[in-house]
Amino acid sequence: MSVKENNKNPAETTVKEKKQLAVKLIPVHIMGKRYEVPEGLTIMKAMEYAGYRFIRGCGCRGGTCGACGTVYRKPGDYKLQVALACQKTVEPDMYVAQIPFFPANRAEYKFTELTSAPEEVFRLYPELFRCVACNACTKACPQGIEVMDAISALKQGNITEAARLSFDCIQCGLCTSRCLGELAQYHMFQLARRIYGARILSRAEHLAEMVKAVEEGEYEEALEKLKGMNEEELKRAYQEREVEPVSAGEDWKPKDKRYL
Amino acid sequence: MSLAYYPGCTLKTKAKNLEDPAIASMEVLGSRLEEIPRWNCCGAVYSLADDDLIHQVAPVRNLIRVKEQGKNEVVTLCSFCLNTLKRANLLMKEDAEKRGTLNSFMDEEIDYGGEVEVVHLLEVLKDQVGWEALAQKVKLPLRGLRVAPYYGCTLLRPREVAVDDVEKPTILQELLEALGATPVDFPEFAECCGSYQIVSSPDDIPKYAWHILNSALSHGAEALVLTCPLCDYNLGQGQKELMKKHDEFDGVPLFYFTQLLALALGLGPQVCHFELNYGEPELLLREKNLLPRGEAL
Repeated sequence: MSVKENNKNPAETTVKEKKQLAVKLIPVHIMGKRYEVPEGLTIMKAMEYAGYRFIRGCGCRGGTCGACGTVYRKPGDYKLQVALACQKTVEPDMYVAQIPFFPANRAEYKFTELTSAPEEVFRLYPELFRCVACNACTKACPQGIEVMDAISALKQGNITEAARLSFDCIQCGLCTSRCLGELAQYHMFQLARRIYGARILSRAEHLAEMVKAVEEGEYEEALEKLKGMNEEELKRAYQEREVEPVSAGEDWKPKDKRYL
Repeated sequence: MSLAYYPGCTLKTKAKNLEDPAIASMEVLGSRLEEIPRWNCCGAVYSLADDDLIHQVAPVRNLIRVKEQGKNEVVTLCSFCLNTLKRANLLMKEDAEKRGTLNSFMDEEIDYGGEVEVVHLLEVLKDQVGWEALAQKVKLPLRGLRVAPYYGCTLLRPREVAVDDVEKPTILQELLEALGATPVDFPEFAECCGSYQIVSSPDDIPKYAWHILNSALSHGAEALVLTCPLCDYNLGQGQKELMKKHDEFDGVPLFYFTQLLALALGLGPQVCHFELNYGEPELLLREKNLLPRGEAL
């Protein structure tokens, strides 16, 4: 584009130029109906472009809440594909449907009464053993989790491994929607991670010590001093605080060792 | 030497006393049982329905995991896992149409055509270690211990997957002899323990158990040796009730073959987990001077 054109009054843009500037449109099928949508949009944006309004069920739009689970297929490929509508950009000719929610029963339990025994999971989710290792769950996971392996880990009583493998689960429910054995994988994994976090993972001893020190008022005096400062004094204190140098070694210690 | 090893779910939960002594014993014998990665349930029972291919997916997937490791053999400890994996393997070897369907269904995996052999640890001991070599490694011969070898069903049937002669198996007897114990033959060595009838008809199980246990005892056995967690459960969990019903019955210890192996190799009770066994094995082993005195299980 030349400088001259750039300086032109936008109102003077010709129809021909408008066509050249416009984003390329590509065909997609949303819930079975064909639309032409601008290339480069996410599936969610493309659906909005096509006229869908997300009042609920669109979630965080940032790929972490799991509310926009989406399935699609492309012509000539029997594979069902999955994605999060807020993350995946549209591809020409894709057939798209959203599954914002999929029913799955969550077992009721009093967490404080649960132990780390594998039998807790077996008792709360006996359908675990209906898994036939078809692997449809893994193929349906937009997070790339080895869902079937995590289910196998639960059957093997390895809650730690199930928690580790399912760490990235955002509970979109697509695994559950595809399960031959009608398992509610994502609820089982949540239970596994809860048990792992509370009963298996070792406690951080220094945290308890720190909490105790806080409760015993070790930092009260310093806190009161800060609270008594005006804005200028606070700024100065912040700017003059001792900062660990970038090149500091493992054994670096601040000059003020009162709070170490 | 490293052997590809398929544990099975029960060994990781209820039957640690089958797995732990096996792994430790094989170390002593110079072979490492290396757990295959990403294994899943074997399928638990081989599906007999001709058109029920979905239940072959689980065992075949495990065989694919072995093939992925570049191994052509996988070792099992549990009779049921052996049976399920080995029969699924036969299907993949012999039935081209079903092989095609299963491979096509599991299109995310490499194709499988029966390249892996499924073996039981007893076969490894017999064919790869050898009874004589094993006997030479024995540190604590199980002298005077009279043990009835109980095979159950799935180690021997159907014939195509049997680890030994279907009618006259001797592999457990040979193991016991190598370990210095005295095998006690009894006619019910391959009678069914009741198997999964424990789920649908639990009241029938004590009948089967009594039939087997009583026969072994009346032939002079002091304990039974077995390979299957389900046999162990069915023959073990009802012993207290049987003792109430039959005055002359004081219970009888049940051992996994791997426990006797480890004990004879000098690995001791820490490895054997006798505390998980039915029938108070501690008393018998102390009586035979096979447990260090004063040492708690």
